[in-house]
Amino acid sequence: MNLSLGPLQYYWSRDDVLAFYGEAANWPLARVYLGESVCSRRHLLRLADWLALAEQLAGAGKEVVLSSQTLIESESDLKTLRRMVGDGRFRVEANEWGAVRLLSEAGVPFIAGPTLNVYNHETLDVLAGLGAQRWLPPVEMSRASLASLLERAPAAVETEVFAYGKLPLAYSARCFTARHYNLPKDDCQFRCLDHPDGLALATREGAPFLTLNGIQTQSAGVYSLIGELPALRELGVASLRLSPQSRHMGRVVDAFWTALAGEDGAAEKLARVMPGPAVDGYWHGRAGLEHAGLIPGGETRLTC
Amino acid sequence: MPLDLICPAGSLVSLKTAIDHGADAVYMGFRDNTNARAFPGLNFDEAQAAEGLRYAHDRGRRVLLALNTYPQPDIWSRWTGAIDRAAKLGMDAVILADAGLMRYAVKNYPQLRLHLSVQGSATSYEAVNFYREHFGIQRAVLPRVLSLPQVENVVRHTDVEIELFGFGGLCVMVEGRCLLSSYCTGESPNTAGVCSPPKAVQWTDTPSGLESRLNGVLLDRYGKDEKAGYPTLCKGRFEVGGETYYAIEEPTSLNTLDLLPEMLKIGIAAIKIEGRQRSPAYVAQVTKVWRAAIDSVKKNAAGFTPAPAWQAELNKLSEGQSHTLGAYLNKLSEGQSHTLGAYHRPWK
Repeated sequence: MNLSLGPLQYYWSRDDVLAFYGEAANWPLARVYLGESVCSRRHLLRLADWLALAEQLAGAGKEVVLSSQTLIESESDLKTLRRMVGDGRFRVEANEWGAVRLLSEAGVPFIAGPTLNVYNHETLDVLAGLGAQRWLPPVEMSRASLASLLERAPAAVETEVFAYGKLPLAYSARCFTARHYNLPKDDCQFRCLDHPDGLALATREGAPFLTLNGIQTQSAGVYSLIGELPALRELGVASLRLSPQSRHMGRVVDAFWTALAGEDGAAEKLARVMPGPAVDGYWHGRAGLEHAGLIPGGETRLTC
Repeated sequence: MPLDLICPAGSLVSLKTAIDHGADAVYMGFRDNTNARAFPGLNFDEAQAAEGLRYAHDRGRRVLLALNTYPQPDIWSRWTGAIDRAAKLGMDAVILADAGLMRYAVKNYPQLRLHLSVQGSATSYEAVNFYREHFGIQRAVLPRVLSLPQVENVVRHTDVEIELFGFGGLCVMVEGRCLLSSYCTGESPNTAGVCSPPKAVQWTDTPSGLESRLNGVLLDRYGKDEKAGYPTLCKGRFEVGGETYYAIEEPTSLNTLDLLPEMLKIGIAAIKIEGRQRSPAYVAQVTKVWRAAIDSVKKNAAGFTPAPAWQAELNKLSEGQSHTLGAYLNKLSEGQSHTLGAYHRPWK
């Protein structure tokens, strides 16, 4: 089992992005997903810049994957997607089915991203037939469902699981960060830049609940499967996706690396650098915001 | 066609009501989690479905079956069984979201007409054409996040008929790409066919007001003079940066009557009315108004204006909420009543 750095979900300054990936080149990662997969208005790095970064990271020995935009709305979104597919130097992660069409037409292997909604073995088999070489389950999928799917799945496709970070939960045409500042989306003044880990949303009694990240809504809780490595291994999961955060990401990677090596203290190391409360309810078939460790009978599976 | 009126049938009574009031087609689900309105007391068993089909077909109308949740691997046969029943019953089309299930349908029932559900999250013609090429879908229902020019661009680049939501509940998130409900309650539309499920809702009268909670999470608190709505997760009031407001979406619903001439012009095949969970009386009134409006715009698109009586009738039905044009017509001030959603908005 190895480690992947998921695509950056937030909008950071160009310097911060370059510095982040400069460091990432030295982290014990098998692969790095690059590109703007959330909002087409985020332009401090264009596709050409991401491709240059990709070359650098590939030079440092990382497998590089370009992550496609999750919500395609306009012709210019499609243009970027076609250029990403057409470049051909790097694998692409398809995050919606238009990208699947382009990649399968191009006849290149690809990665089936978590928003393709692969909930069963039959859909995974469709994707395998079209060229998927690796896939990610939806972040809400439980261990039990994944086990059941993998029992029946085509053998040739590798499984990667979202194993760390605030959970990407929803996408909209509206921008909730712009809405917070009473700005229209087309004049958002790029306020996402002020929120390198998103904008916290709490209930009216102050309980952390969600995170606003432009058109994306994330959890406030930080999903972590660091305590589930034996189960993940048993399922035959090939890699763990760690989702970038603005601070201490190197220590997050190190904690998972330590855990993979079977050394003690990894979970404690990780707990010190998590930007929110730990959650893992989804993995245990429960509400996503729950933490099974805190629930009596946490393994109970909700019926669906 | 064009502008077929597709109405919700949560029960046999609603189905007959919709047909009687002028629906061109109705959509329904079986009584389990194979469809996205898996609510207690709703939907059809096989005998009721057969009777509904007979009723509709006798009157020259169609029945569409929503099978638009994502099948679970260990109970895959529940979904394929539903396809088998749909074909046996003679459904006019099945509305699917899952690619694996589409493959099953095409392989086993090549004559069965397939529609891509809004839960399939296809927002571009590349995605729509993918489903066309691989599974021969004949119609796609687009998520309520595109503006009308974006919808038009999809229509121009595909042979697939395009269906839009016209009236009723409004998802502000891309359908099929929203897990907020399962994050909070364990059940999402994708897997369980429900959003903000009633069994997770709790109302409490407290000294600081009436509180609505979803699986214990406070969604809103209402003052004495405020009207409380159903606690749909994305329509609660939350705290962001020290302010308390509708951080995601006001409790509005969609009403696109004003946009009918444009929808006709760009070649929209069908308008869908949301609300299989609503009463037969609701279905009757909405169907009646939309039948009149669609007939009117087809007769004279240039001179079309929604009759004030129609709007008044629809306003009465909107759960005390304001209406919005959704993303179709997106504006900064989304609190106004009667906006058009994403279909009409100035930005790209």
